[in-house]
Amino acid sequence: MSDTIVVLPDQATARLPKTNYLTKENGLLSWLLTGDHKRIAMLYLVSITFFFFIGGALAGLIRLELLTPQSDLMATDTYNKVFSMHGIVMIFFFLVPSVPATLGNFFIPMMLGAKDLALPKINLLSWYLYMAAGMLALYSMAVGGVDTGWTFTTPLSTHYVNTHVITTGLAIFIAGFSSIFTGLNFIVTIHKMRAPGMTWFRMPLFIWAHYAASILMVLGTPVLAIALVLVVLERTVGIGVFDPTKGGDPLLFQHLFWFYSHPAVYIMILPGMGVISEVISTFSRKRIFGYTAVAFSSVAIAVFGFFVWAHHMFIMGISNYAVLVFSLLTMLVAVPSAIKIFNWAFTLYKGSITFETPMLYAFGFMGLFTIGGMTGVFLGTAGTDIHLTETYFIVAHFHFVMVGGMLMAFLSGIHFWWPKMTGRMYPEKISQLAAVVTFIGFNFTFFPQFILGTLGMPRRYASYPPEFQVLNVFSTAGATILGVGYLLPILYLTWSLKYGAIAGNNPWQATGLEWQTQSPPLTENFLEIPIVDHEAYDYEWLERQKEKEVASV
Amino acid sequence: MSETTAIAGAAEQGHHAHPPYQRHHFETIAQQNDATNFAMWLFLLTEIMFFGGLFCAYLIYRNWYYPAFVAASHQLDIFWGTLNTGVLITSSFTMAMGVWCAETKKKSGLVLCLALTFVLGLAFLGVKGIEYHEKWEKHHIPGLHYSLNSFLNPSTDEAAVKAGDDKHPIAADMAVHTELYFFLYFAMTGMHALHMIIGIAILGFMLVRAQAGAYTNGHVTFVENFGLYWHFVDIIWIFLFPLLYLISRHPQ
Repeated sequence: MSDTIVVLPDQATARLPKTNYLTKENGLLSWLLTGDHKRIAMLYLVSITFFFFIGGALAGLIRLELLTPQSDLMATDTYNKVFSMHGIVMIFFFLVPSVPATLGNFFIPMMLGAKDLALPKINLLSWYLYMAAGMLALYSMAVGGVDTGWTFTTPLSTHYVNTHVITTGLAIFIAGFSSIFTGLNFIVTIHKMRAPGMTWFRMPLFIWAHYAASILMVLGTPVLAIALVLVVLERTVGIGVFDPTKGGDPLLFQHLFWFYSHPAVYIMILPGMGVISEVISTFSRKRIFGYTAVAFSSVAIAVFGFFVWAHHMFIMGISNYAVLVFSLLTMLVAVPSAIKIFNWAFTLYKGSITFETPMLYAFGFMGLFTIGGMTGVFLGTAGTDIHLTETYFIVAHFHFVMVGGMLMAFLSGIHFWWPKMTGRMYPEKISQLAAVVTFIGFNFTFFPQFILGTLGMPRRYASYPPEFQVLNVFSTAGATILGVGYLLPILYLTWSLKYGAIAGNNPWQATGLEWQTQSPPLTENFLEIPIVDHEAYDYEWLERQKEKEVASV
Repeated sequence: MSETTAIAGAAEQGHHAHPPYQRHHFETIAQQNDATNFAMWLFLLTEIMFFGGLFCAYLIYRNWYYPAFVAASHQLDIFWGTLNTGVLITSSFTMAMGVWCAETKKKSGLVLCLALTFVLGLAFLGVKGIEYHEKWEKHHIPGLHYSLNSFLNPSTDEAAVKAGDDKHPIAADMAVHTELYFFLYFAMTGMHALHMIIGIAILGFMLVRAQAGAYTNGHVTFVENFGLYWHFVDIIWIFLFPLLYLISRHPQ
């Protein structure tokens, strides 16, 4: 058994293919007016990385402030703005578009055997909307920011704060349309653009996951849009729909907001789960165990995801019966998530596992997502939720899911498809180191927060009782390690653009259609539209293809 | 290396003869039409969710403040509402005829139908303008010198008398909630009117292009999809009209 599956072409003679999507046209305009899904994906990749580092810098400020019990680095209202903007930037400008708009955009057409997404102009429009929204959000940050938390809770956001709720709200409104258009494009593409022979149950699980996430984007985001419009109207003309003094109900805002923002959690995690399916299969050389179950569990998560929103409101004064029902429904979501984790574990069983960087990140995902998911059960249980909500326990919970889960999956996917996107390999050893550093840093940062939460440290305060300091110092120290873990990839990935080894078509010996073409791909993706005659993750088919090639040479 | 380039070049030239309006990434024109049609339906689905938030708010507050919503809805003029419903349904008919004309390649018919739809759309907005103006005069615009006079002293208000509200005036603490009704009225009809304005702008664009011979050359997807949008906007009104105007009218 070898300890790696990487097959690279002879570096002495290998060259990048002269014609590819990167070299087809030159100049800034050829990028800004492109309809090519791969170029739009690259535009998105650069933009979301930019916003990730802004959100990351804000996170750094938060952890620095919490190093000491007093509020000494910044004023308390500045702290409120910093954690609000951290949440807004990270959720709406990084996590929601992260995997779908970059990897999804790049690989959904390729995996389906199509030349492009169904609506290339809409795809470009969605990037422009994203950028416009991002700039508006940065503008409102520059002129003073917003301090409502990312949830814009009424009546705080409508009556009691004097910060830039309107501009930030509009920014998120616009970003919402960017997300709607991405989801809409994916659904149409998956329905109408599949290559001959690519039936629904031959599609890679990456596609299934994106299909489920797209349904959430299309159905959920408009509700957030209308909720934000109402907040803006409430602030500007005082219409009273969320104002109790005029007979309105602030809880209605929360219902509308969480009707999107709970499914949004699955918009963020489902595409990541898609990445993990691809990576686990490739690096254990096995078809995903229970393919159909994993495919349907994605759809089940999307469906259940719409019926659990009120678990964010257990302490907000909804009726006991509602609490009961939503608590029960919340438990149900654990089932499809567990199906995924178990099926990945069974895929590993007796597989030929190798430990390349994407696989390390995927392992990180499995462990951290499981912890994040299990603590979600604590919070879905109404009794414990009343004790734990609004404490650091909840902060730790969603960071385990979003950062430990989604960010790990994102980095796993970026490393996995980097050779396809750029034609060059990333340096293996240092990236394995980065994966391990990220994992360690992550646990150091967020595990102490579970303990802090159970001890009763509330979230969203700049100061805290001195007895919590030890664990907070742990957390801040961990954040520093985590920061290094995130800086490393951007350095060596940039380095590899010029100096990385030539990857060749299929360095991982993976089965997806995207690997059966040159790297970086042609603008049209394929020389001719492939005809699919095999199931997804069919490694025997791949062997036969290689034999055929050898025979024909 | 040169081999790859050569093959890539061949792939570019290897296209079969396609109609000029077929985008390069579609295999057949049927696939293209299918995909854009499907996308339009999905977009309309997002629109339903968007309006759904407002309908949800309406439902809740109507349930809570029933007397206020009844009294406030009596202030709307059924005549204008019915007229506008008629105008909009007629415009949907002319739009449907327009799609048919495009499909059967009748250029002058298409231009006529689009022009009629355009005019009917403007007529709808005109009537809406008259109604909004009426609200302005009676101080029924929420947040802007809003007055409760029609509800606290219904005998002085013509519309309230006509509906028989002067016999059962509502309490002052309930009357304040009429403002919420009017907010929802303006939000819902305003959002609807915004969709109409966008639709009319696109109609104008299509009118110019149709005169130049577009859409009657066999490529009708744009007209078809716009037709879907127009009918959707119509359907929203079909829900708004009974909810806002009719639901509280009973024979006394």
